[in-house]
Amino acid sequence: MRVGAAYTLIPDLAVKERAAPAERAALERLAAWAYQYTSFVSLAAPAALLLEVGASCALFGGLTRLLDRIGRGLQTLGYRTNCALAPTPLGALWLARAGAEARVTDARALFNALAPLPLACLGLERNGEALLAGIGLTCIADCLRLPRDGLARRAGPEVVNALDRAFGRLPDARRAYLPAREFHARLPMPAPVDSVEALLFPLRRLLGELAGWLTALAAGIPRLIIVLRHDRSAATRIDVNFSAPTRDAAHILLIVRERLERTPLPAPVEEISVTADALQPLGSCNLDFFSGARAPAEARAHLTERLQARLGTEAVHGLDQRADHRPESAWRFSAPGQAPTCSETNTVGGARPLWLLPAPLLLEQRDGRPWWRGALTVEDDRERIESGWWDGGGAARDYFIARDAAGARLWVFRELYDPRRWFLHGVFG
Amino acid sequence: MNFAEVLQRPDIWRAGRAAPMPALATGFAPLDALLPGGGWPFGALTEICCARAGIGELRLLLPALVELARGNRWIAFIAPPYIPYPPALTAAGVELARLLVINPTTRADELWSVETSLRSGACAAVLSWAEFADAAPLRRLQLAAEAGGAWGVLFQRRTLSNSPAALRLRLEPADGDQLNVHVVKRRGGWSAGPVRLDPNHAMAMPAPARSVARDLHPRRA
Repeated sequence: MRVGAAYTLIPDLAVKERAAPAERAALERLAAWAYQYTSFVSLAAPAALLLEVGASCALFGGLTRLLDRIGRGLQTLGYRTNCALAPTPLGALWLARAGAEARVTDARALFNALAPLPLACLGLERNGEALLAGIGLTCIADCLRLPRDGLARRAGPEVVNALDRAFGRLPDARRAYLPAREFHARLPMPAPVDSVEALLFPLRRLLGELAGWLTALAAGIPRLIIVLRHDRSAATRIDVNFSAPTRDAAHILLIVRERLERTPLPAPVEEISVTADALQPLGSCNLDFFSGARAPAEARAHLTERLQARLGTEAVHGLDQRADHRPESAWRFSAPGQAPTCSETNTVGGARPLWLLPAPLLLEQRDGRPWWRGALTVEDDRERIESGWWDGGGAARDYFIARDAAGARLWVFRELYDPRRWFLHGVFG
Repeated sequence: MNFAEVLQRPDIWRAGRAAPMPALATGFAPLDALLPGGGWPFGALTEICCARAGIGELRLLLPALVELARGNRWIAFIAPPYIPYPPALTAAGVELARLLVINPTTRADELWSVETSLRSGACAAVLSWAEFADAAPLRRLQLAAEAGGAWGVLFQRRTLSNSPAALRLRLEPADGDQLNVHVVKRRGGWSAGPVRLDPNHAMAMPAPARSVARDLHPRRA
């Protein structure tokens, strides 16, 4: 039917141009995803995949379980598929094309399964199919009843060849598909989207494909690039970094969701694309049998990534020491979980408070004593710290422990040189 | 071993009694004697009310933190009032590698951080200084602590009514740099105290032999 004819029948018909490259890309991504279930995947263009599952049954706990898993995974990815199982690739292809959800495990049952199928599922060209229909053949059983050489002369040797391959009388070699080392997926939105919740649906599908591809390659990614395309604004790019290579789709979705909520969208999103190019080998880890928890290091990394995705990397830190006599320089924030670099402990100085103020607080003096929410009682023991003249942050101070009216212990100091002011530097927690 | 001793074992369930809870020894024997399970409750919230910072509220937790820092889960400080000072922590025996300091900027982020850290199962202890006006969000935090198997500590300036925390303490300074600890609420018992402790003594004490909590797994609901 021509497009014009379709428009006359339905005036407000929505027509989209068929994008063959996008379809091919989607098929290849699906093949990469399916690679986690079997080591032999073959493309049967334009819209079919062949998976050799005989060797995978033992690992996945039986044929039924494996097929159910594959079916559920395909549903999560958002594809509508017809699945069929047969001893030969061409037999399975024809059964799937015919829409029969058949599971033929026996070569003898293959004949009964394939016989009633219409000729359309042979995938012949239009005039080949018309020729067979012209001589009165409607289903495969009819083809099988005719003499072989006669059929070969009328319809061509390909038909007889195909029948032989489908029934296993001739070998059927297929080219294996190997997943690429890069993942790039684009998904156009059916309508412009401007809410984060609505973006999660296509993201979930794309990340499901990504996770399948990573499982197939036994790898993880340390970073991910998400690009949101808008109609009239420049594309929004979101770089997501992970502290350790990961292929956990749920965790990646959580992190991406937090980042999306913090990123302002200048315009509604028309297309979303996900790219991952840096693969790192990542083996599987054994789950704890009783609690199902993942490895402690991975759980720790997941938590810090989630916190940093929502609060920003500058709000989540670890702690580390530095070798310096000045108290404000004797510590620093570090990346979470980083091994401490300085192992020297302060053996020379006195007690240190558990809390340090970000900057020393100037205290006013009343009656010669420092005052902070009440008069402070300063004890006699002092610690003199004089250091740091070489880098401009010189400190010449006498440190004391003081007690305030409520009984809290504070760490105060007095400058050695004029003006001899009192400062509060820490609180003993 | 006689029958009475056998009955005292923690892995025997007696139908008439509440289930023994996992607990981490506090390091102060008089306080351990008052607490159910003999220590800080794991998988639950502890609410510590002290009107003024610096009277010893963090030093009270130090022996437990020293023990937990040897494990493989985080100890998270959320919205601390000042900077946790690494030289003092190291001097007390706390290993720095497991400490996580989180400084959220908004109130909503504070609550989210506390709940996420408790629920994740990756934190052994979550110490929060976020102030709560009422006890309503605490129910969620209690459930999160149970799900993640974490020890949640909420420092408050004022006591909250109807708080669902498993353990509620009120601290007051006593003379001579000691601390009066009132157990306002504990599971399976009446309020007790005050117990007079010297929080500095814990820093000199070695790790208690019967601490429980190193390999507690989070309970997946």
